[in-house]
Amino acid sequence: MSFLTQRLRFLPWLPAYMAVYFLFLYLPILLLPVFSFNDAATTTFPLTGFTTKWYASLAGNTAMLEAARNSLVVGVCVALLSTVLGICAARAITRYRFRGQKAAAGLIMSPLFLPEIIVAVSLLMIVLAIGLELSLITVILGQTVFCVPYAMSVLVSGFEGFDRSLEEASYDLGETAFGTFRRVTLPVVAPAIVSSLLVTFTISLDEFILAFFLAGTSPTLPLYIWGQLRFPAKLPAVLALGTIMIVLSIVMLTLAETLRRRAERRTRMASAPPQEA
Amino acid sequence: MTATALAAETSPDRPGRRAWRRSEEARGLAMISPTFLYALALLLLPVLVVVTYSFWTQDYLEIDRTFTLENYRQALSEPIYRDLFLRSLWISLAVSVATVVFSYPVAWFISFHGGVHRNLWLFLVTIPCWTSYLLRVMSWKVILGYGGVLNTGLINLGVIDAPLTSLLYNSNAVVITLVHSWAAFAILPIYVSLQKIDRSLIEAARDLGDSRLRAFLRITLPLSLPGVISAFLIVMIPTVGDYVTPRLVGGKDGMMIANAIQAQFGKAANWPLGAALSVTTMVLVSLSAAAVVLALRFALGRMK
Repeated sequence: MSFLTQRLRFLPWLPAYMAVYFLFLYLPILLLPVFSFNDAATTTFPLTGFTTKWYASLAGNTAMLEAARNSLVVGVCVALLSTVLGICAARAITRYRFRGQKAAAGLIMSPLFLPEIIVAVSLLMIVLAIGLELSLITVILGQTVFCVPYAMSVLVSGFEGFDRSLEEASYDLGETAFGTFRRVTLPVVAPAIVSSLLVTFTISLDEFILAFFLAGTSPTLPLYIWGQLRFPAKLPAVLALGTIMIVLSIVMLTLAETLRRRAERRTRMASAPPQEA
Repeated sequence: MTATALAAETSPDRPGRRAWRRSEEARGLAMISPTFLYALALLLLPVLVVVTYSFWTQDYLEIDRTFTLENYRQALSEPIYRDLFLRSLWISLAVSVATVVFSYPVAWFISFHGGVHRNLWLFLVTIPCWTSYLLRVMSWKVILGYGGVLNTGLINLGVIDAPLTSLLYNSNAVVITLVHSWAAFAILPIYVSLQKIDRSLIEAARDLGDSRLRAFLRITLPLSLPGVISAFLIVMIPTVGDYVTPRLVGGKDGMMIANAIQAQFGKAANWPLGAALSVTTMVLVSLSAAAVVLALRFALGRMK
């Protein structure tokens, strides 16, 4: 094979492939805003005209606002709970070595490798077997199981490389365990924690299956959307709602990513030899 | 196993309980216990409850607690469930193969040509995966439908005369939509394992006369196998139980086992049968995932 054909084989094809791949990835998402501003009740081309009426119709929609409020409550609780649980696990894994570590981490991470419907069904059975009512609380408990693995991966990458000697120095200088955590550890890992809160909130906001099985009579936003999908005439308004949710998610994920990178830089700096006295 | 060995090596023989309590092991265990207990109570215990229920039967509203394999007999022998199992396994296999094959070049590109913007590329890949799952599936309906984007586009280009009806409401639509949903989950593990490859090995192979393709097949591909395997598992196992995609774009011929499981917990209200279907799904998908992993290892072993 000559040098020229080898170049032809690899170089021009790959960027073209990347372009097609990204079109494939983003096309479905870009279509939502397009049809949400389209002045027709059907989602077919050609577009008929520009309108913001679908967005205006959302403002007075009490069922949607109620679902949005539920989603907010669930999202905040899930983010807090799964991040706290994630902090415990991530710290145990990055800071200590102990027997059964891999098994424990495996169990905690296993929702990533399970069909979600099985997690949902099993939670439904145990919740009803205990005699709990289905409510937003059961959704929170269920989504937390599902979000902890994501919180943990974000946090582990933030905690890794954190220099232990900083904490030891703090102990040696007479600080308590809690004081050390608050004054030495926390400032370094704070961006990772915020990043984990944002990621888990985004996942909870978008989560459908667990909410579908566990919500009882109080719908979250994805459940509200699911209900609306049965009526083709309501689709444009749903697309408007979806557009708002996507913008919100992208803003939060961007923020989370920025913070995660800052966290990585900080831990690297904190473990590097001190530059100034 | 390795963790046990490691702990046994590093921890000195224990002088007493108090010393143990202050030891690294005790602190680590205390630290992980809230999360571990949460997962135990809300993940392992519920799964065990499902397994138990699958051996019971339901008589109207009463649960009969005598051990029986009747549910499994029904799950494995009734044609409707057998078809759903086969189709679900087939779809999840097709989706995971397609996702890994289509995502590998992307992961390779980011790892080898991403330069300083690697993190940005990865971020752009993950964004669609975390935004509005339901509406993304809905969007594929808009793209693949009779008057949809793809048909309109192809007619305008003159490729076809009349809209294709074979795009939506079948297994193909389910596969396309799922490949889209799981793209990032395949790219990330493959990327991580590509990043771990020592680049000097590839240079060495090239210096010693291997062509690019040969160097890729003999060095890069085998060394990225762990990433390929986890990508397979992380895509294949969850997709077998997807509920939303078959419901929205699958039509009558694209239904999957999750739709039957949901029916047993909803309208049909036969929990033990639903539990048996769930357990059977898990067992079948684990077995086929294991078979795929072994086949991959074997194939790559032969190539070297």
